Amino acid sequence: MVDDGHDGTAEAAVEEQWLRCALARDLDSGFAELTRVHSDVVHSVARNLARPADAEDLAAEALLKAYRALRGFDAARIGTLSIRPWLLTILRNTARNAARDAARRPGPPPAFEPSTEQTEPEPAAGPAERAERADTQRRLGALLAELPEAQRTAIVLRHVVDLPIGEIAEILGCKDGTAKSHISRGLQRLRTLLTDTTTTATVTVVGGTAQRVLRSGRTSR
Amino acid sequence: MTSNGRPFGTDQQLVSALGTLAAPAPPGLADRVFTRWASAPSRLGDVFVAFTDRGVQFLRPAGEGDADGFADAYHRRFARPLQPAARLPAGVLPALRGRQARALTLDLAGLSEFERAVLAATRRIPAGQTRPYGWVAREAGSPRAVRAVGSVLARNPVPLLVPCHRVVRADGAVGDYMFGAPSKEQLLRDEDVDLDGVRALARGGVRYLASDTTGIFCFPTCRDARRITPAHRHGFRTVSTAAAAGYRPCLHCRPAA
Repeated sequence: MVDDGHDGTAEAAVEEQWLRCALARDLDSGFAELTRVHSDVVHSVARNLARPADAEDLAAEALLKAYRALRGFDAARIGTLSIRPWLLTILRNTARNAARDAARRPGPPPAFEPSTEQTEPEPAAGPAERAERADTQRRLGALLAELPEAQRTAIVLRHVVDLPIGEIAEILGCKDGTAKSHISRGLQRLRTLLTDTTTTATVTVVGGTAQRVLRSGRTSR
Repeated sequence: MTSNGRPFGTDQQLVSALGTLAAPAPPGLADRVFTRWASAPSRLGDVFVAFTDRGVQFLRPAGEGDADGFADAYHRRFARPLQPAARLPAGVLPALRGRQARALTLDLAGLSEFERAVLAATRRIPAGQTRPYGWVAREAGSPRAVRAVGSVLARNPVPLLVPCHRVVRADGAVGDYMFGAPSKEQLLRDEDVDLDGVRALARGGVRYLASDTTGIFCFPTCRDARRITPAHRHGFRTVSTAAAAGYRPCLHCRPAA
């Protein structure tokens, strides 16, 4: 199901090389380029590893940690750095530390807010479809939060920000095969959770119109 | 019930729904990571000013070194990336010309509570007036930490904006300044502080001036003290002797708590 051959892989490699040169030449202006290139992916992952309300804090903290680490790197170290997976590894660790700290000081339960700055996939989407998509995102985000951390991270990296398996394995610190199995087990688990929650009211799409459907029993496959 | 009737009925639907969870970074994200900087004219000549989305964080004279020297000093202290800015935040330019600027905000996030209290007390000293280090210590809530006040002010991240040049020694000398004592003296004279008068009083053992018409005693540079006519003016060396003579401390310059 997973296609590793991405269009733009070569393009991305050229961009990474160019970023490494920019960082080695002048750290601050190179880091401005790095932020410009990678802030969308960092933010997208952040809002699915933390509560979306905390996503900007988490993304900013991870970027600052990355900058501080780069200050200690010499040109040789920067020259061999795989920037995007390295950045996302820092983000993942920052999110895990934040989650651990939050577990020590219990706060309000997580609430998933739908993305508001979302670029419209369908330009003609009306208010009903937007509300529905927001509802779908909220539900999916909440279910994603119930997955084990490695599965959640793997799914977010693969299906939310569309990373190749090799990079995901690098971020998770495992073999490609293990990364793939995190993804497929995570999807399976998501599906089970979805089935479990369909005993309550859900919004479904039939022929492009929203319908409120109340199911009394569990759906069977 | 067909699979179409369920949300995410197929893997394909589930995967494409997951794709909608991506969201571009908000424009404010870069502002939280990068500190902007620009140069500006001031009473000490050109200065470099670094500021975050919360306010001014660092200020140093351009004369101390070039832009690289400023960036090095900033990085050593804050370890954040710098980006050149086209313009300064509201209030910085008037504040650098010595005018009051209510719009001016400072980012003192990395400092300790004591450091922030010292800078906040120093910021309350009006232009044209001075206060001794002990006064700042007391106003900052640590009356015995007089030497510590000196150390905090020697590292003041935002001189001129937090007017540490208005904090002087109790004996009438202007004391140290991060840009040298002559600059401190010049700044105070530009603000119309009568340094010679203050020194003459200090030599005669006078650190407070009292008025027998109001029954109030002040620091000599207090606006109220400068209005006392010589016939009604009385000098004191200590707060307790002024109090014993029946005077109460001024509520503006607060020579005693």
